[in-house]
Amino acid sequence: MAKEGHGAGSNRPRLSLHVPEPKGRPGDPANFSDLKIPEAGAQPRPDEHCAPKETFPLCDDLIRVLGDDNFAHGLWDPQLHPDKLRAILRDMALVRAFDDRLYRSQRQGKTSFYMKCIGEEATSVAATHALDFEDMTFPSYRQQGILIARGYPLVEMVNQIYSNRADKLKGRQLPILYSSREYGFFTVSGNLTTQVPQAVGWAMASAIRNDSRISASWTGEGSTAEGDFHSAMTFATVYNAPTIFNIVNNQWAISSFSGFAGSERATFAARAIGYGVAGLRVDGNDPLAVYAAERWAADRARSNHGPTLIEFFTYRAEGHSTSDDPSAYRSAQEREEWPLGDPVMRLKDHLIAIGEWSEEQQEAMDKELAEQVRMATKEAEKNGILGHGLHHPFHTMFEDVFEELPWNLKEQSEAALRERKLKWPE
Amino acid sequence: MIHEEDDPVSLADAPTRRLNMIEAINDALDIMLARDPDVVIMGQDVGYFGGVFRATAGLQEKHGKTRVFDTPITECGIIGAAVGMGAYGLRPVPEIQFADYIYPGLDQLVSEAARLRYRSAGEFISPMTVRTPFGGGIFGGQTHSQSPEALFAHVSGLKTVVPSTPYDAKGLLIAAIEDNDPVIFFEPKRIYNGPFDGYYDRPSKPWKAHDASEVPEGYYTIPLGKARMVREGETLTVLAYGTMVHVVESVCREKGVDAEVLDLRTLVPLDIEAVEKSVKKTGKCLVVHEATRTAGFGAELSALVQERCFYHLEAPVQRVTGFDTPYPHSLEWAFFPGPIRIGEAIDMLLSE
Repeated sequence: MAKEGHGAGSNRPRLSLHVPEPKGRPGDPANFSDLKIPEAGAQPRPDEHCAPKETFPLCDDLIRVLGDDNFAHGLWDPQLHPDKLRAILRDMALVRAFDDRLYRSQRQGKTSFYMKCIGEEATSVAATHALDFEDMTFPSYRQQGILIARGYPLVEMVNQIYSNRADKLKGRQLPILYSSREYGFFTVSGNLTTQVPQAVGWAMASAIRNDSRISASWTGEGSTAEGDFHSAMTFATVYNAPTIFNIVNNQWAISSFSGFAGSERATFAARAIGYGVAGLRVDGNDPLAVYAAERWAADRARSNHGPTLIEFFTYRAEGHSTSDDPSAYRSAQEREEWPLGDPVMRLKDHLIAIGEWSEEQQEAMDKELAEQVRMATKEAEKNGILGHGLHHPFHTMFEDVFEELPWNLKEQSEAALRERKLKWPE
Repeated sequence: MIHEEDDPVSLADAPTRRLNMIEAINDALDIMLARDPDVVIMGQDVGYFGGVFRATAGLQEKHGKTRVFDTPITECGIIGAAVGMGAYGLRPVPEIQFADYIYPGLDQLVSEAARLRYRSAGEFISPMTVRTPFGGGIFGGQTHSQSPEALFAHVSGLKTVVPSTPYDAKGLLIAAIEDNDPVIFFEPKRIYNGPFDGYYDRPSKPWKAHDASEVPEGYYTIPLGKARMVREGETLTVLAYGTMVHVVESVCREKGVDAEVLDLRTLVPLDIEAVEKSVKKTGKCLVVHEATRTAGFGAELSALVQERCFYHLEAPVQRVTGFDTPYPHSLEWAFFPGPIRIGEAIDMLLSE
């Protein structure tokens, strides 16, 4: 009998295992030679009601609107009013200012954890601007831009991050795992991709009720490897669910490059076609292209033409979280040399190019937004920061496990209060 | 949510029909589909075909394809979609064809459905009832016989229900569907068609001869968290649920022991008052379940009884359970905690 693992007794060629490797590790120059970046405006725009397979060419392409000349090009130009463009720019800049300050708050020990979305602001902000306020969003943890684009109070966001006595989630959740039913922002889970089949179920419910609202989920490219993604795609196509799958392909899942989610041989958009779902692949740093694609998918879903998967091709400019150091696994130059640029700068440059904005206005706005965030954090700090005693009362820990407190939780709640008196005598 | 039983006088006066457990479950689903437009039933083969056990027979035809429908074979998708439907405002009643196949949906149940209310501070809830046939005694082998209730009882935020009669199955299922918390509703498939005394070599009896197959027509509920006194007794307390209630009852009858048998009906929340009251009266306690022994729900029951009734106990709490092996096919009746194993445990307790 042949010994396993030695190919003994056979003259057939030996097999070898392929383990993907990114193009650049620490110390290497950035290498984007294999990226195909098409001209802005070169992509066809099929009808929103087309058969899913008609979107196949777009799954291997990259929908781009803003060209190197800072003007909008082609059929995907959403032709937005300058007021709308300025609103998107403002929301993206606000997300960036918020990230900047709250990142520092974590470093100052005011909270335990934070995650930025630098470089990816368009994928949540511009996409949200293309939806109706009533549409339900099912975000992952890097879509703070949805809340900001919907006008959610910054103070509430900071209260949640600080887990203080004003935190609407009562200090139960890790920072940034927000929830707001009122703002159509589904409670964020730590478990990856679980929100994707949930978004499909929500959309099915809307269809069962003959409602007109749609749902949209966001997940990273790494999370598409979860089984939930397959379940969700199957459910969505079977029931023609009015939903949008936003895949934010920022190239990195913590330290694993997108090759570990299968990017070496197919785009993430291309997965849509196998399921019979429409697919679009979009320059995620081009706010106009993001808006146009999301709007296309929303119109498609709203008119009962079914689900769309959109791959937003972008780059995670920062570490994964405050607990991560990207210099330990990727080329330091990647961020600087990312060929699709910066979404905030690209929209700013576009507005300036069309005579609707100026560097001075941008500078003034950035200052104003930084101040707005500063005021919000100051206001939130009055309600406490993590670990400084201003948290929700003890008994709230036991509430909302069930609608009503069962006997065992009542007993445990009483025990916790007794323990509290011993630990922290008045 | 109101879980009070209807006025007992009017319930007793209600016209009844003789139903087996499947028919009682079907009746409960039919009533809830008619009463509440938010109720939606989905699962593998539940639609046109009416379910592999017939639990949903006729419901799609009567209530329409958008209320009762077939799903792809993905338990993760079924539970995940049900979470989303619940977040929207529906009251989904997904079916998992066998409890043995609930594991692909476990992340959605444990990380999502169970925690939705808590993590969103009540903004989003998950009022779903997952129906799933469970338990052995049908030559189901490893993947059609399991009793995974302990996995779910361990998850904070989930309620766990196991009926043992057609009457209870209907009332408990209606209560579970109306409950605003996620409920795992385990249906002991061995007793779908008739009670089982544990004697596999005797002809099986249909429900018709059993009092609990007299099922009132129309709407009624049995509150979650309330045990049923199966028989009163003085010498020992037996805690059981599902199929084992009938096996235990038959052993006690045969042996002529004056045992008190409690059918727990709901594992979470547990009717601790009924358990305590009974064990304090009898001084002895036997716990019986089909599930494997180690870290099974019997361990929780045994610990609770020991903590709460220690000074009343006259003997160590005993457990009769399945063995700590996967559920075997050919050796099913060696594995199943039948009359001999239960009888020996009772003898041992009574001799203490």
